Amino acid sequence: MNAATTRTVRTAKKAVARKRTSSRLATPVEKKSAAKSAQAKRTKPAAAAPAIVHVPKTLTEFMAQAWLMEVEAAQRYNEFADAMEMHNNRDVATMFRTMAGYETRHADAIMVEMGWTEFPPVTPRSGDWPGAEGPETAPGDAVHYLMQPWHALTLALASERRAEAFFVELARAANVDSVRRAAQELAAEEREHVELVLKWMKKVPPPDSDWENDPDPPRDMD
Amino acid sequence: MSDAIVTTLRTAAMYKSAYKPIWCPGCGDYSVLSSLTKALAMIAVPPEMVAVVSGIGCSSRIPAYTTCYGFHGVHGRALPAATGLKVARPELTVVVTGGDGDGYSIGGNHFLHACRRNVDLTYIVMDNHVYGMTKGQPSPTTEPDWDSKLSPGGTGVRPFNPLVIALASGANFVARAFAGDPNGTAAIIAEAIRHPGFSFVEVLSPCITFRPEQRAWKELAHPAPVTATDDPARAAHRIMTDDGFNIGVLFAGRRVPYPIPTGKAQCTPADLETEFAP
Repeated sequence: MNAATTRTVRTAKKAVARKRTSSRLATPVEKKSAAKSAQAKRTKPAAAAPAIVHVPKTLTEFMAQAWLMEVEAAQRYNEFADAMEMHNNRDVATMFRTMAGYETRHADAIMVEMGWTEFPPVTPRSGDWPGAEGPETAPGDAVHYLMQPWHALTLALASERRAEAFFVELARAANVDSVRRAAQELAAEEREHVELVLKWMKKVPPPDSDWENDPDPPRDMD
Repeated sequence: MSDAIVTTLRTAAMYKSAYKPIWCPGCGDYSVLSSLTKALAMIAVPPEMVAVVSGIGCSSRIPAYTTCYGFHGVHGRALPAATGLKVARPELTVVVTGGDGDGYSIGGNHFLHACRRNVDLTYIVMDNHVYGMTKGQPSPTTEPDWDSKLSPGGTGVRPFNPLVIALASGANFVARAFAGDPNGTAAIIAEAIRHPGFSFVEVLSPCITFRPEQRAWKELAHPAPVTATDDPARAAHRIMTDDGFNIGVLFAGRRVPYPIPTGKAQCTPADLETEFAP
């Protein structure tokens, strides 16, 4: 192993240690604390303000970006639903498919509101997000084959909060009135979605501490 | 992300088959599949003009998840099969997919010679530094101190550096991508397909089942601070001294691709069947 590789591995291990207390699923430490922290997470404030890397100059450009955000979020939820169906986790698959449906409807609503018939007339740029993916797109690695509806809702809650924070910050940064107003409206919509997910979460039991236990685990050598 | 995103969204679904992937939830390969379909949409090549060829392993399942023609071949032998196909049917876009075990271990020799021949192929390796399908054995790119029950204390063996090996062997395009950036990966794959000759794209694709620590890659991956060079020695030096997480096109060469034979075939498949008849 050369020096650069050694540094990389060490850095990765440190980053993992830091990440253990963050939002990802499926570590033994987290599964034990998941149920206990459920109530605390329900009252968690909105996500931290994201760094805005691009401020749209026109309403059309802004709405095209918002549309792309919804489309990519739907794609990810559909991917999750496919994965859960293949692992026979039907309840969670249905939940992710439902979420994909909501995001698709949001994208369609933008199309209708803007009077677009097929696709936005301008080119939305995914590189304009604060991260590699849109703020409403759930991280691709944030799932587990034994996850429960509560976990899926937790993911959705985090995504909606990120979207809300993104639009709030964009409204602050906007130089054009129409963009600012639209960003404020979409932030308010995302806030409603946050409230909606929180209501759903009250109807879904938090997972037991042993939710991840599998009598025949795929990783059977550890 | 390129300006072609609307076109991409319009048509990427055309390249996805109705089969649902059976990878572990959270696997990086889902994103790579999405990136591949977006890349094919960007270059606007019809699915029936694309062949996706693979070997064996989790990532080698990809051909079935596309609507393109596919060949799920023998372990480590995707590149020779793809080479034969491209030479026989040069009008096809031939994309080769696989993992680090398939491509660098049992298929390592084919990798060297595919780079050397420089046939117009695009080779996408989903590198997760582990054999996932067979339950977590160290692969050629596994860190020497990766401790597991199958490699107690680590292998102690220096890992393979596929990008530098590709450069030294003559690959005409070398890039590194990250599954956590599916749109960026799509743009790189599209560029690789468009580039003449043998194009090699290594995609860091986390295996969260056997290497859960690879979730941290999303914190480590970053755009390469320099643009691609056409000087293989300079590219090799950069890659050997970087942190292993520089993302982007790192080398775009000017080698002339392997010439496609123009002569007419001297026999037909029926002639071959006769030849080999018992």
